[in-house]
Amino acid sequence: MTRIKQALPSVAVIVCLVAVWWAVVAASGSVIFPSPWQVVTGTIELIRDGTLWEHIGASLLRVGAGFLLAVAVAVPLGLWMGWVRGAFDALNPIFQILRPISPIAWIPIAILWFGVGNASPIYLIFISSVFPMIVQTTAGVHGIEKRYLRAAENFGVSRYTLFTQVVIPAVLPQIIIGMRIGLGVAWLVVVAAEMIALRSGLGYLIIDSRNAGNRYDLVIAGMIIIGLIGLLLDGAMRLLEGLKWVRWRYAH
Amino acid sequence: MRTKIEVQDVHKSFASDKGTLSVVAGVSFTVGEGEFVAFVGPSGCGKSTLMNIIAGFIPPDQGSVLIDGQEKSKPSSKGILISQHGSVFPWLTVRRNLMFGLSGRENTERAESADHYAGIVGLSGFEKSYPHELSGGMLKRAELARALVVKPEILFMDEPFSALDALMSLRMRNELLRILSEERHTVLLITHDVEEAIHLADRILVLSPRPARIQATFEVRLPHPRKLTSPDVQDLRVAILGELGVDRSD
Repeated sequence: MTRIKQALPSVAVIVCLVAVWWAVVAASGSVIFPSPWQVVTGTIELIRDGTLWEHIGASLLRVGAGFLLAVAVAVPLGLWMGWVRGAFDALNPIFQILRPISPIAWIPIAILWFGVGNASPIYLIFISSVFPMIVQTTAGVHGIEKRYLRAAENFGVSRYTLFTQVVIPAVLPQIIIGMRIGLGVAWLVVVAAEMIALRSGLGYLIIDSRNAGNRYDLVIAGMIIIGLIGLLLDGAMRLLEGLKWVRWRYAH
Repeated sequence: MRTKIEVQDVHKSFASDKGTLSVVAGVSFTVGEGEFVAFVGPSGCGKSTLMNIIAGFIPPDQGSVLIDGQEKSKPSSKGILISQHGSVFPWLTVRRNLMFGLSGRENTERAESADHYAGIVGLSGFEKSYPHELSGGMLKRAELARALVVKPEILFMDEPFSALDALMSLRMRNELLRILSEERHTVLLITHDVEEAIHLADRILVLSPRPARIQATFEVRLPHPRKLTSPDVQDLRVAILGELGVDRSD
């Protein structure tokens, strides 16, 4: 009941926005900009002919591949940079320069290196999500409270125990935050990357709908679906914050 | 009594904005095996620094610390430090925390040991709990149990109960005395609570304001359990407070 009450204002805002949109389209008599209902019928059309699932599947597959690759690189690298001072000093400046470069700027190079197949968007997703995850993981190691490291030192445990029972669990909440940021960026980038090349994906759906006969109903349908999937992906990452190994971090 | 800890003329200073700051200036004392020695001193007098030096976390600038006649240069599980803020790992369950220091043994054996000590400190039934599910007093018990389970010869306690409320602090002292009557450890306790020191210690060393030096020594020749309201305790308390510069009318 309280959840419904909490959701009420946001539902009201959405209803208002749709109403205003509808009224403006009706009043202006625009032939290109679609009404909300046209977007709904357009979406149904996409669902019926099955292309919607293909586009969603293609986009998710690219995000999944690029993101997992980034996790596999960023977590060990971030732990190493956090633990070994020399590694941090050597690599951090480079990453700080590479990090602010928009993944979109990498598109020409990605096409040059990987062509217009799946490898290009996967590379772009990798590049965009790997840096935030490295930064978060490294910061996580630096942020481990000294009293825990001293306790580990006091008990004279092996390096293996130190890493598996102190360092990694202590950093895990930060890694999860990094993954949330990384996946968010990855989803932004896959759509942008698909607008340039390729023949599938939600980004392609948007650009193709506009190019092939100004189907703005499908453009907006695509945008809304991208937003909803982004929300779901973030929700899935939030579930990780509820794992029992990291709950201590969020418990207070 | 065999000598367990021998501290010889330890000095320590730190670099600060205003030049070097002398924190410990020539402290010497010995602690016998199984003895309970408490340090009281004004806050910021260098008590914690001294404790960290003795436990092996910081090297002294000058002087030495001998444990069993051997120079101590780094911390080991022979002497476990329990500090005010606690260091029970929040990401491990109570059982896993207690098993932490018991490396190189069979898993089931370690778990048995852990559960045994959880029982000793009164944490039976909480072995699978995470620290954030425990109260402050229970967290202290877990910390104590984690230290005891590795069978340390020395316990270094740096204001261990000062973050607890007065009632819980008193209970933990009684628990500590009960445990020590069952398994004897050499204990070094730092506290700013004179009553706590009298309650627990065999000997009380009063430290001077920074830089820390030993200003006075009091033997506490009262049998346990000690009645804190007895005249002997009160006289001792007044004498120690006098050393600390606190008038009896306070």
